[in-house]
Order: sequence, then C-alpha cells, then structure tokens
Amino acid sequence: MTALAVVAEARRRTRRRPRGKHLSVLGWVAAVVLAVVALLAVFGPLLVTVDPNAVDLGNAFADPSAGHPLGQDASGRDLFSRLLSGARTSLVGPLLVVVVSTLLGTGLALAAVWVGGWFDTAVARVVDAVFAFPGLLLAILATSIFGTGLQAAIIALSISYTPYIARIVRGAALRERSLPYIAALRVQGLRGTAISLRHILPNIAGLIFANATLSFGFALIDLAALSFIGLGVQAPTADWGAMVGTGMAGIQQLEPQEALWASLLIVITVAAANSLGDELVKRSEARA
Amino acid sequence: MSSTAGRRADARTDSERTTAAPGGVPILAVDGLRKTFGRGRKEAVAVDGVSFELAAGGSLGIVGESGSGKTTTARMLIGLEQPTAGRIVLDGADHTRPARRIRDLRARGRLIQIVFQDPYTSLDRRQKIGDCLGEVVRLHFGLSGSALDARVRELGELVGLHDRQLRALPRELSGGQRQRVAIARALAAEPKILILDEAVSALDVSIQAQILNLLADIREQRGVSYVFISHDLAVIRQITDTAIVMRHGRVVEQGQTADVLDSPQDPYTRLLRDSVPHAGWRPGADALVTS
Repeated sequence: MTALAVVAEARRRTRRRPRGKHLSVLGWVAAVVLAVVALLAVFGPLLVTVDPNAVDLGNAFADPSAGHPLGQDASGRDLFSRLLSGARTSLVGPLLVVVVSTLLGTGLALAAVWVGGWFDTAVARVVDAVFAFPGLLLAILATSIFGTGLQAAIIALSISYTPYIARIVRGAALRERSLPYIAALRVQGLRGTAISLRHILPNIAGLIFANATLSFGFALIDLAALSFIGLGVQAPTADWGAMVGTGMAGIQQLEPQEALWASLLIVITVAAANSLGDELVKRSEARA
Repeated sequence: MSSTAGRRADARTDSERTTAAPGGVPILAVDGLRKTFGRGRKEAVAVDGVSFELAAGGSLGIVGESGSGKTTTARMLIGLEQPTAGRIVLDGADHTRPARRIRDLRARGRLIQIVFQDPYTSLDRRQKIGDCLGEVVRLHFGLSGSALDARVRELGELVGLHDRQLRALPRELSGGQRQRVAIARALAAEPKILILDEAVSALDVSIQAQILNLLADIREQRGVSYVFISHDLAVIRQITDTAIVMRHGRVVEQGQTADVLDSPQDPYTRLLRDSVPHAGWRPGADALVTS
C-alpha cells in the first residue's frame, strides 16, 4: 500500500465513525417501550391489587369495570392483574436465556480467537452443528425429558442461542485481533487473556449488547410459544404466552380480550427489542 | 569496505559485510533468514536467505518495494512470525523461535520493539493515551501510583506529548501525535532495538520531518538501535547509517547508506533511486529490464 492510500484509508475510517450519539426516533421509542416493560416486570407484581389467581366464575368474560379495568377472563380472573403479574414470568425467562448465552458465546468465541488453530476450528464446527438445530425443537425435547416448566426450556434455549452469539463475536473479535495495536500489545508481552478481556472485549461490547437485545426478542417469542402450547409456564401462574393459549377458548366464544391483550404485549415488546437491536447492530457495524 | 563489488550481497564474504558492528558483538545479527507461506505448489517464498547485522547504537535501513519481504522480516525479528530457516541473534542470544512462555515474551519485549505504519490502528481506540503507556510500564517494571504517573509523563515528554494529550483518546489526536504515542509505547519497554516499519510513511511530509528529528534525538540520548523499514529513499538517507536493499525476498545490495544510494551496484537499487521524481524525470522511462 502506498503512503497516500494509507492516509486516505485512515481518513475514511475515522470519518465514517457515526458522530451522533443519538438514536433515531424509532430507536428511542423502542428503548422507552423496553424500559417501561422492564419496570412492569420489576414493579408490576407489587402494583397488583386484585389477586391474579382469584376465580370468579359468575363474572366470566366480564367487560371492563371499576375494579377490573380490562375485564375478566374465562374463569372470571382479573385480566389487568394477570397481565401485570405475568410480566415478570414472561420477561425473566428470555433475560436469563440472553445473559447465559451471551456469556457462554462470548467466552467461547474470545477463547477460540485467541488460541486459534485447531481449537478455533473445533469451536467453529461445534457452533455450526448446534446452530443448525432449531432452538425451539431443542427446548421441546428438553421439556419432554426433564418435565414441563421453564427451567429445562431456559437451559435448552440458552444452549441453542449460544452459537448465534459465538459466531458474531468470533467474527468481530477476529477483525479486532488483526489490528496492529493487538500485535503491539503482544510484542510487549501482554497475556492473551488480558488482551482479550481488556482490549478486544471492550471494543466489541457494543456489538455484543446489540445482538443480545435482538436475541431477547427471539427468546421471548420462543418461551411464549412453549407456554402457549402448554410446555412452559403452568397454570394457574400468569404468563403472556400461556394467556394467549388459554385465551384461545375465548376467541371461539367471541371474547378475545385475554388473547388479544397478552399477544399485544408480546408483539410490542418483541417489536421494540427487534428494532432497537437492529439499530444498535447497524451502528456498531458502521463503527467497526 | 574493501571494494565496491563487496557491496553486492551475492558477492560478499563476512569480512566484507559492511553492516557489521565496528568491533564488538552486533546488537542484532540475522543469518540466512527464510520464510515461506503455504505448502507444496502453493508455497510462496516471502523472505529468502536474508543476512545482515546491526551495530549497537546503529541504524539500519531496509529498502524495497511492496512485497519485497521487508515487513515479513520485521515480523520475524519481533517474534510475530517463526522463520522457516535461518537464525536471529538479539544481543548475543538466539531468538529465532518466537517466545512461548509469557516471561520470555516480556523479556524479548524489553529487547526489541516495533512501531507500525498506520497510526490510526496502532492504538486501542477506547484507551486513553496515558493508560496505554501506563499499561506497558506496569507490565515491564511493576510501577504503580505516583511512580507510574511520573514515568508516563516522562515518556510523554520524551516524544513531545503533554498532560492534555495523555488524558485524550486516540481519536482526539492527529496522525503525527498518534505515531508519537506509538513510539513512546515502544520505548516504554526500554528496548535496545526499535523497528520502525514504514513508521512515517502515512504522515504528511512536515510531520514526517518532525518525527524523524525526534527519532534522531532519541537515538542520540538513549543509544537505541534502529531498524528502519521504508520505501522512501530520502527518509532512509536521513535516518540510517547502513542499508540493505530487498527485492523478491532477497537482499540485492547492502552497505553504507550513502554508498548504496549514491553509487548503487545493483540494477534494482539504481531503478529504485531513479524512480524518485526529480527534474527531468519521466514516469515509466526507467522501467527495469531484468533477466
């Protein structure tokens, strides 16, 4: 490369860095929606005044009233308090999946990139093999072996989400590792773990966070689907996915409120996670 | 130097090796260095039988076009690549194979350091300059607290960086300033040899001159030996005592820098010299006719 080309390349690289720290309007809306949903998950169950599991068969499918702002379900339970208390069960699962798979995937990818050679090849192969296996199927398999409930499903989904993160982190870490500053640190005699954790990781953290946000949406859908088909959260515990499932009966009786409200919350949360994650991924890729 | 013909690499003998130290052990000696990439039919020879010596406190230039094996040679010297064959002796000890243990890696780091070409990617973009220098000082000398701060400031002063720049992130600095940081980081290990791999090529000419002056001062003050890799003959002339010319991985000429550049014996060196734009220069008129 000629000196001129190097300078031009360097200029281009610095200029392309997006100066604005601000998200787009859509990004902001998505972030606010996720923040509100997170607050619901933390404080929702505390705000519940009516017992979400209190059955009132006399008022099945009752319309909204003073004590029941969103009406009642097929068993006369208060929809509003069920949605509120369901926020935590619906969101903690996906959060756990994202945290576990991000930690596993990032650790695996950083180790593979640093060690390189056969270890990197082996990790890449295993990751590809697991990646090819649908996560939801693995989760269904896990629940059929270890019994219904969220525990087995969360573990299974964490495992099947790990390759997705590992692939992305591996690519980004490889790019970062090829930069001269890493070679300079190696020449100084800095340990591989120190270089990976103190230099490579902070520089790709934005990309990891962005993909974790995206994964959150997918994990929420997968866990809601499991609860919907009855393998996840069990009655009478309130959960958005499970409420869509139990609400199906209401739809046939032209009383779709329960399924509608629950699916609306799922759609809004997932759409917010996807659009925010998408924007963050694009920003971190433009920055790299 | 015994004769002009003695500068031809293919005709030299040990006694004629003009890059040798004037008495005493050279700080850096390379013998028959070879590096190939790939295997079988895909094998590519990057460096082929390169030998040279660098006197303690001396400055050696490596000249050649892109792909001549200059950078691969540098990467073998600092231990980022393992030579396929040949020997690298640093300060009297064999360092042909890259260090595996972290202790050896650090020991080699205190012997030989490198400054890369591109000042924009040579620094961690999220690390403040002072932290970048501090990290290396702590690594090698275990300093902390005010002793560490003092040493970092001292290194900054050595290359002309002030407190304000030490608190800055790389993107807040100019290319020349960043290259000063890279030089300071390399010097933080207090190496005996410093490799400068096209270290001023990406800089404006006026900044180039500043950095070259800085390097000359540092060499005078610290007695660091330089291996200066460049395709720029003017830069080589200014900063080096001896020079080797590389082409297709081989040394085609070596000797005192002034001799090599003023009365080149090898047609390739002549071509390199005549390719520098000058009065009456016609691009393409100097095409090399090789065998």
